[in-house]
Amino acid sequence: MKRSATFPRGGIHPKEEKHLTKNLPVEVMPLPARVSLFLKQHIGEPCGFAVKKKQLPPINEEFLFTARHPGAIYQLLVNKKERVSEGELIGSIGKKLGANLHASVDGTVEGVMDVPHPVEGKAPAIVLATDPEAKPAVYSSIDWTRLSREELVAKITNAGIVGLGGAGFPTHAKVAIKPDVKMETLILNGAECEPYLTCDHRIMVEHGDEVVEGAMILLTVLGIDSCVIGVEDNKPDAVQALKTAISQNSSSLGFKITVQPLRVKYPQGSAKQLIQSITGKQVPEFGRSLDVGVIVQNVGTTRAVYQAVVLGKPLYEKTITISGRGIGRPANLQVKIGTSLTDIVNYLGGVKPNLARVVVGGPMMGAAVSSLDIPITKTTSGVIFLARDEIDTRDYGPCIRCGFCLDACPMGVEPNMIGLYLEAGRWNETEQFGMNACIECGSCAFVCPAKRPLVQFVKLAKLKHRFAQRESKKKQP
Amino acid sequence: MTTLIKTKSEAASELSDLSVSVSPHVKSGESVEKIMWTVVACLLPPLILSVMIFGLRSLLITMIGVGSCVTTEAVSQRLLRKPVRIRDGSAVITGMLLAYVIPPGVPLWMPIPGAFMAIFVTKILMGGIGFNIFNPALIGRAFLMAGYPVAMTSAWVFPSRVDAISTATPLYVMKHYGISGLVEKFGPLSSIRHDFFLGIQPGCIGETSALLILAGGLFLLFKGYVTWHIPVSVLGSIGFFTWVFGGEAMFSGPPLLAILSGGAMLGAFFMATDYVTSPNNRTGKIIFGVGIGALTVLIRLRGGYPEGVCYAVLLMNPLTPTLDRWFKPKRFGTRVS
Repeated sequence: MKRSATFPRGGIHPKEEKHLTKNLPVEVMPLPARVSLFLKQHIGEPCGFAVKKKQLPPINEEFLFTARHPGAIYQLLVNKKERVSEGELIGSIGKKLGANLHASVDGTVEGVMDVPHPVEGKAPAIVLATDPEAKPAVYSSIDWTRLSREELVAKITNAGIVGLGGAGFPTHAKVAIKPDVKMETLILNGAECEPYLTCDHRIMVEHGDEVVEGAMILLTVLGIDSCVIGVEDNKPDAVQALKTAISQNSSSLGFKITVQPLRVKYPQGSAKQLIQSITGKQVPEFGRSLDVGVIVQNVGTTRAVYQAVVLGKPLYEKTITISGRGIGRPANLQVKIGTSLTDIVNYLGGVKPNLARVVVGGPMMGAAVSSLDIPITKTTSGVIFLARDEIDTRDYGPCIRCGFCLDACPMGVEPNMIGLYLEAGRWNETEQFGMNACIECGSCAFVCPAKRPLVQFVKLAKLKHRFAQRESKKKQP
Repeated sequence: MTTLIKTKSEAASELSDLSVSVSPHVKSGESVEKIMWTVVACLLPPLILSVMIFGLRSLLITMIGVGSCVTTEAVSQRLLRKPVRIRDGSAVITGMLLAYVIPPGVPLWMPIPGAFMAIFVTKILMGGIGFNIFNPALIGRAFLMAGYPVAMTSAWVFPSRVDAISTATPLYVMKHYGISGLVEKFGPLSSIRHDFFLGIQPGCIGETSALLILAGGLFLLFKGYVTWHIPVSVLGSIGFFTWVFGGEAMFSGPPLLAILSGGAMLGAFFMATDYVTSPNNRTGKIIFGVGIGALTVLIRLRGGYPEGVCYAVLLMNPLTPTLDRWFKPKRFGTRVS
């Protein structure tokens, strides 16, 4: 085995807690009675977004159903009470950056409603009532090697694939690279550095062949031949599964796909840190992965690409980890997108009385939610039910200048100073300490002995900057 | 035991006490209290030795120091209507360090005015923990030196004689009579080094034993609460500059004796490493430490006092913000590789 690689600066070692679920095979959850599909589960424009409400709605015969919602009007492909089948397109990509949306179950459209959202409070979603009699959709595989590059991209676009690691950047837009950009390597992100989460781990172990096949499709689209799969070395079975899959598969097509074990260190799975661990190159500050000739894709996304291209199956199912000591039975689940947390909790035997916090995503960067009516989205990688003894709710005190955050920060930011300046009301001077370079990984707040909410300080400073910029733009013309 | 949630209203009532916050949702087990009380524990062994060689009086003075510091903090925070933070242990450390750097033979009330200066003037009035410019304990000592110079420079106790006969510290002897004077008073050099390392020498309450201070300091290093940069650069530069300038000819000074006597060890491990008043960056820390070492040797050899660690640290303290501004962490992606 190659020596495990890592990034040199900063990083932390939170308790992994992956043993709760890492050996549990992915189980398919039974159909929920109802699913809620957010119109926006990706970076870009919501599905079917037509106009802001202040403007006049144009008449467009193509769209059957116009949903009115505070602030905007959406023109969708389905009508109220209409029957839809599993995998049917129900919300389409607009002119701008976006992604398609598909029905995740056979059922009837109940309408567009405001549904609790983990980050935005509430957001518009298409709600479907499931038909319990429906049979699961069946897909047959095709030989993708005969397809042209354009056809491959079209299949990825149609399937509505977005980055499943959490960012949700539409994949078809990510792989559409201008010809003048020099591409070298495709990096598959299988680091899964967040504590508790094991969904990518299980995907690599159980579907390593599909991940490798998906990587070959992406390499074909990108027109390059080298791919490195980065996996933290706490997942030796995943490394082994991928190596087996590679040796059985890719040699015939002439791709160079390798697996690179990575040292366990958070945030190993952050794109910039991952690229540095694997290639030794630093993405320039405020730059993109492409600046060093690299594209990073999550392993789950890569498998979705395989399913979209080979099986023709759109993205409407998701493998997620449900873990923590506050849930009856931790598990790795394959769920329909739009399944609510309530249904999942009931399927897994309810919550324990010591449940203190529910986090959508990983515990380092996920969002705490106050309601279980929240549905799973394309970018949900897990839901962690944290018990009282797993979280630290002690109040924060003044900064004692220990400098722990400076040593923990992988980006070379000064979170201590951003916090102090913000508290002093001098948020407009925080740029000098790297406010905009912050990736909000939470390493600083993890180590802070004074329990200072440093990520919150940075987010607040960024927000204030954005508002101030907007204000100044308004005044200028 | 688990609870099944069947309806929406049930879910709402079941989960009404869910806590929410901005990420991260898991945290390391460290806390200010844990760090401070660990430092207190690391400071205890020198006190035990001090009781053995200087008598119970050193314990009494330390207790008065700690008591007056904690009381000052509690009363002043209450009067200024600020949250009372005596439980974090930082006032206890200040009290111990203040007592450790005064001679064992001083009157028992002596730590009280020192504690007032250290806690109220140096710390609370500056904004409380995290906002003081100077090391509180050392300001307390500097104030006592200025206000009560006779007691502070003559109340030395010779180990092994429990009655408080005033004697002279090794640094005083070395300054005025040279190494030959030191040998005359304390015995041959090899046994001096041995005794000084263990802590059998006249000096302040808690600074005589290099061995026990080193043990506590190494524990803090092992825990990751301090880094090696400041202690090593302070002690290294004291040794180096003493070696160069401290002898009768150039390059003939006694570096080891310089490190083992006076407040060098306590200063290097427990005073100069104070989070608030020392830089965070590694380069800054080394410059800070070398500055302390150089100033210490300058005061010891050419100044009016036999010992200079206290003033050297106090003089370097206000440079901390500047050093942190000059030596910042390297931002990711700013170097083209």
